[in-house]
Amino acid sequence: MGAIGAGIAALGAGLGVGLIGSRAMEAIARQPEAVSLIQRNMILTAALVEGAALFGIVVGMLAK
Amino acid sequence: MNFRYALIFTASLFISAFSLQAQDHGSSHDQDHSALSHEEHGDHEGSCCGQEEHSTEYDPVSTVMHHIADANEFHIWKDVHMPLPCILYAPGQGWSFFMSSKFHHGTLALDGYVLNHGRVNRVADPSFPKGEQHIDGVCHEARMVLDAKGAETEKDFYFVCLDGKPYQLDPPSTLDGGVLGGGLTSFYDFSITKNVFAMILASILLILVFSAVRKGYARNEGKAPSGIQSFFEPFFLFVKDEVTLPMIGEKHYERFQPFIMTLFFFILFCNLLGLIPFFPGSANITGNLGVTLTLAVFAFIITNINGNKDYWEHIFWMPGIPAWVKFILTPIEILSVFIKPFALMIRLFANISAGHIIILSLIGLIFVFGQNGENIGGVFAGGIVGGLFTAFMNLIELLVAFLQAFIFAILTASYIGAAVEEHHHEEAHH
Repeated sequence: MGAIGAGIAALGAGLGVGLIGSRAMEAIARQPEAVSLIQRNMILTAALVEGAALFGIVVGMLAK
Repeated sequence: MNFRYALIFTASLFISAFSLQAQDHGSSHDQDHSALSHEEHGDHEGSCCGQEEHSTEYDPVSTVMHHIADANEFHIWKDVHMPLPCILYAPGQGWSFFMSSKFHHGTLALDGYVLNHGRVNRVADPSFPKGEQHIDGVCHEARMVLDAKGAETEKDFYFVCLDGKPYQLDPPSTLDGGVLGGGLTSFYDFSITKNVFAMILASILLILVFSAVRKGYARNEGKAPSGIQSFFEPFFLFVKDEVTLPMIGEKHYERFQPFIMTLFFFILFCNLLGLIPFFPGSANITGNLGVTLTLAVFAFIITNINGNKDYWEHIFWMPGIPAWVKFILTPIEILSVFIKPFALMIRLFANISAGHIIILSLIGLIFVFGQNGENIGGVFAGGIVGGLFTAFMNLIELLVAFLQAFIFAILTASYIGAAVEEHHHEEAHH
């Protein structure tokens, strides 16, 4: 059961990080001069999404 | 400034030495089905003694877990181990100091302490003879126990066999309160373990590199950087321009620059040392909950002691919103004060551990495909597939090593930035 939960958590994080990445690409294409600002915030947001996923994975592993 | 670095390092080394690590081998799942089925037939405690336990079967899960776990000796090559000092305390027995080489690779018991899969365990039974004892070996048994919620879960038990009699082994105490399968046991392990050794090494490396850089700055004042200084200057500028300046703000960032830089470079060096697959690397330092907990506690303390009036006001009584919303928001804000460092801890631990697990699993493909050396073609196939994927994963892990150090630093900086930010009163209305 825990492994299934971990997989679902990874799925959610994949969707989240994918959305962040695609929107960041669009934003960079629109405003190439803001690339460093967009990149920084993209990594920051991706880290937050990933944090939520890792909670799910760790809890899933603990629940066995 | 140097004093502050030294303080942070020594403090983190000490706290980590308290064996907070939750991944001691006790939580690894030895898939010992023979012992389990034996138990199901209703045998009494420690019946695994005398059974032939040394199967040559390759067990991927326990091998991987053993490699990412901490150890009381540093395994270098085949039978070569680097001995590390053991500092153990058991209530009632007092302190014990010796080198891990005195265990003779787990064939001796010393004052009730036994080396079990690289970790020191203790026999809690007072009838176990003290002093040096030749032991027959350590055996393992999985049993169903009732947990706190009354549900049956499988738990691993280890026994040391002395003259055919089994004695139950206690793993070292951990501070997880039973959440991760640990808890307080009959002894405490303050040893310089493999992780602590690698962390001391990373700290020494940092001190050597950065005193050379400091000398460079003193020598080349007002001139272009030279030597190792010019290698590190882009990193310093990166931390300043991308992390502290935008996150903390022009007015306060210089105060926190040393702390953020220390975090960044310490995590970076530990991550990179952990990626080296042979001695003196290979220790899973930042993939250890004790280490990341220490770093997160520092971030938590420094954020909150620097919090100004506005910061606390926004936590306890958010201005500019209706009163009934405040009753919902205040508990959430108070929780988030603790969740933020907790997320920092889990993020670094899980990322680095996951990377190590993936690389070790790919290496394990060689043994899985090769069926313990019986299938030579499988060994080649596993070697090629596993080797190529390992090389690929190592490159990704190199990126992750930088990225996680950066993320830890930038998130800490943003928390500090939120704590020291000065709000103008006209802004408080929206």
